[in-house]
This record gives sequence, C-alpha cells and structure tokens, in this order.
Amino acid sequence: MSGFLQEARLKRQVWLDMLFRGMTRASAFGVLVLLAAIIGSLVIGSMPAIQAFGFNFLINDSWNPVTENFGALVPIVGTLVTSGIALLIAIPVSFGIAIFLTELSPQALRRPLGIAIELLAGIPSIIYGMWGLFVFAPLFAEHIEPWINDHLGTIPMIGAFFSGPPMGISILTAGIILAIMVIPFIASVMRDVFEVVPAMLKESAYGVGATTWEVVTKVVLPYTRIGVVGGIMLGLGRALGETMAVTFVIGNAHKLSMSLLEPGNSIASALANEFTEADGELYTASLIELGLILFFITFVVLSIARYMLYQLSKQEGKAS
Amino acid sequence: MNSTMNIVNPKVTVRNLNFYYGNFLALKDINMEIAEKMVTAFIGPSGCGKSTLLRTFNRMYQLYPQQKATGQIILDGDNILDPKQDLNRLRAKVGMVFQKPTPFPMSIYDNIAFGVKLYESLSGSEMDERVEWALKKAALWGEVKDKLKQSGTGLSGGQQQRLCIARAIAVKPEVLLLDEPTSALDPISTAHIEKLIDELKVDFTIAIVTHNMQQAARVSDYTAYMYLGDLVEFSDTSTIFTNPSKKETEDYITGRFG
Repeated sequence: MSGFLQEARLKRQVWLDMLFRGMTRASAFGVLVLLAAIIGSLVIGSMPAIQAFGFNFLINDSWNPVTENFGALVPIVGTLVTSGIALLIAIPVSFGIAIFLTELSPQALRRPLGIAIELLAGIPSIIYGMWGLFVFAPLFAEHIEPWINDHLGTIPMIGAFFSGPPMGISILTAGIILAIMVIPFIASVMRDVFEVVPAMLKESAYGVGATTWEVVTKVVLPYTRIGVVGGIMLGLGRALGETMAVTFVIGNAHKLSMSLLEPGNSIASALANEFTEADGELYTASLIELGLILFFITFVVLSIARYMLYQLSKQEGKAS
Repeated sequence: MNSTMNIVNPKVTVRNLNFYYGNFLALKDINMEIAEKMVTAFIGPSGCGKSTLLRTFNRMYQLYPQQKATGQIILDGDNILDPKQDLNRLRAKVGMVFQKPTPFPMSIYDNIAFGVKLYESLSGSEMDERVEWALKKAALWGEVKDKLKQSGTGLSGGQQQRLCIARAIAVKPEVLLLDEPTSALDPISTAHIEKLIDELKVDFTIAIVTHNMQQAARVSDYTAYMYLGDLVEFSDTSTIFTNPSKKETEDYITGRFG
C-alpha cells in the first residue's frame, strides 16, 4: 500500500518538476520574444523615415516639421555628450564614495551614509528635473557659468566649449543633473562589489606594505572590475535614457553648437516633448527612428563594455 | 605564568602584551621571545589567541578600529607598537602568509613584483631576477617558469600558497609570519610547504600558527602553547612535546583536551 502511495508521489514530483522547467524556459524565451517584438515594431514604425532620409538622417542637423526635413544629429550628439559629462563627473565621485564607505569610514557612519545614497537613488526623476530647473539652473547661471566663461572660456582650443550665454539651461546643466542622478546607482553597486572582496586578500596586500590607495587600485578594482563596469553601465543606461529631468534643463533646442553652455536636445527628451504634436506620418516615423537609434546606442555601449572586460582579462592572463 | 626561558638570540621580544577586541581581552600579558632564524610555532585550541598574537607582529589588526594592543613588541630594538612606527616599512620587514591562498588578480609575475615595486625601483632585468629568486626560494619556479604571464588565480591551491610565500619573501623580509599556511591544502601540498619552511629558516625568522600538532613538532624549534589568551607554556619543541612542565600542555598534546 505504502509502495503504491510512494509511486504516486514520485510521479507527481516528476510532473511538477517538468512543469517548473517549462515555466522557467517560457520566462526566459519570453524575454527574447519581447525584445524581438520591440525592435521589430520600432523598425516598422520608422520605415517611412528610413526610406525618406536614409543614412542622411544620422548626419543631418536640421529638424524642421514645416518642411518635413528631419535629422537626428542634434539629439544624438546631445544624448552622447550629456551622458559623457554625467559619467565623467559620476565615476570618480562614486568611486570615492564607495571606497570611503568600504575602507575608510568609521563603522558608525557606514549605515547612515549608505541609506542616504540609496534614498538618493529612489527620488523620482521628475523631482530632479524640477530641482534642476528652479534651483540649480538659476544658481548655475548666476554664479558658475560666468566663472566658466571667464576662466575656461578664454583658454585656446577648448575655450569654445565653455563660452556662451549664462542662461542656466544647457547641455552642461543636463550633464551635471544626470551625474547627480546616476551617482547613487554607480556608488551603491561599487560599494556592494567592494564589500565582497575577501578581507584576507586585502590584508595580504596590506601585508606586503601597500597603502590603501595601492590596495584599492591594484587589488580591489581588478578583483571587482566586472561589477564595477556593470555599475557604470547601469548608470550610463540610466543617463542615456533619462527623459524628464533632462527635458527640464536641456533647453530642447534643435541646434548644434560647440559650446556646452548652449541649449541642446537629447533623444529621450525630443521624444517626450514632440510626440503629442507630431502630425504627419514622416514626423512620427522620424521620432520612432530616434527611438530605434537610442536602442542601438545602448546596445553598442553594452557591447563595448563587454569587449573592454574581455581585453582586461586577456591582459591579466586569464584568456591565454 | 609565562615561561622564563631565555633565548640566546631573540629577533622579536614581546613584553606585557595585552590585546583587545573592543572590550574583550584576547591576549593576557604575553611575554616571550622569538629566536632569530628559527621556527617558532604557536599551538592551542581555536580561539586561544594564537592568530591574534601573530597579527600583532605586523600590526595587521590596525586595519580594524576596534582592535588595539598595549605593551611592547620589540623588533631589532624598535618597539613596533609605537604609534610612530611606519607601517609600510614594518610590513616590508615582516611578511605574512594567510590560511587560504590569496593570489592577487594579476599575473604570476606581477603577483611577485607587486610588493617589490612598493619599496625598490628595480630595472626590468633586476626585477626578472628577483621574481626568479623568490619563486625558486618558494620551490615554485620549475612549475611556473613557462607561464609567468598567466593569472596567479589559475594555479592549484598548493601552488597558489607557494606563490603567496614567494610574494612574501620577494620583498626580502626578516620575519615571516605563517598563519595556518597549510590548513586549506591537501597532504602532498602540505608536505611541500613544510619542507619549504625548513629551507626558509636559513634566511628568515619564522613564526607559524598551526592547528596541527604534528606539524608543529615537525617544523618548529620552539613551541608556544596558548589557551584562552594566556601563553601557558613556551619552550623548545622537543621539551614541549616530550616533557611539558604544565599539566594543561600535556593534556592538549596528548589529545585529552582540545
């Protein structure tokens, strides 16, 4: 009798196991289907624009709904430059935060600081945008931009990047706001991966007489580089796609300018601002093609990150 | 309580050493000497303070703010517990190898060169020589000489531990601290390391913490038995193992306790 019961139970377990396996597989493949569907609909949606402008779309800097002459150069440049500025500021600051929290901070400060950073990550982007527009931009225009104009703007070669009207609304402002937004992401990922470095490994580096700086740069960073690059990519992903906060402070001007103090536009910001007023098939298709380009940029950035990691591990001797 | 044994040629002298983890007193008034170019073993049950004592010799505890030591540890006439002591110079003089192999995430060559670069600026060929010298001393050269550019983390556990020993001796320290260096290794690798310890004591003063009493008996010249933060007995190894003066030591050695 009990043998029979056991067999029934066994059968049920086998069946449950198969069900479980099927469900996990369906979830995994579901992601692929979703991805293909999104790419597919973006491509189909942007077909009229692709046919009308071809490759020229990427290098044309005009965006004129009246004459229906659309080009993506301004928002592409704006997206890349604002994200670049954001990373340029955010990476060293986040690195400092993470090192301080894991290596140097007194125990009593670690938790409050860690929580503060996580709270910063949780603030909705619209609030960053409002703060940027109403608080940061005026301050920036009044106190910092004149200084930048006077000091950096006069340097030959790079001066052109830093001269312009001190309006507060600019590519540089957007980049700085983005930096503030991505710092908590990058810093908390860096802190988490620095924390998993075995104490004994750090002690052995200290044990041969290394300073904190040497331990961090020569041992902790190489040991955690996948996580660190992952954290930076997470931040970059957010910076590339950030819409609301950027829309508030970037100026939304379809105008290409050398100066970082001039207003500009980013892909996400252009999409958010213009979809409601996009009449006509070509206008809509051009906006969808912008979305496709943003998708593509993100994909390329991720691939470059992967490639960098591969090169690093080859240098270290793992891949040989 | 402590042994009054006199060592002819002490490299390290410990005087009235107390050690605290926060408020917990982990080492109680330790007095002892470590003989130059000899092997001194520390044995005792887990939690007796033997690793803690070892970690005072290079002030590794300094990394953790709640830990502090009082008393004196005199190395070549200098009190290393003096707050003015330069930690980096101390650690160049006192190398350490840990329970588990801890190769740095870099090539075998760079693992050795890492510490050397912190103190000396050697030319390329001088550095090559130093790396070869250290790897030969650690009996690893033959196994890795063709793959110096490969990652140190790709070696076997026993090889990794010898790499760590090579790394420690590459900076030419005077004292070598071994904190249970074979506890994560198989018997063959353990035998390798023990043989190595025997060869290394020609050049270095060695202090080894071990859980394995046979190992202490095999490799050491002096043995210290510790229990609950006390140094119960300290003598030359043959005396400790054949004719201990304290009953607690005898109980531990014979396996009646611990």
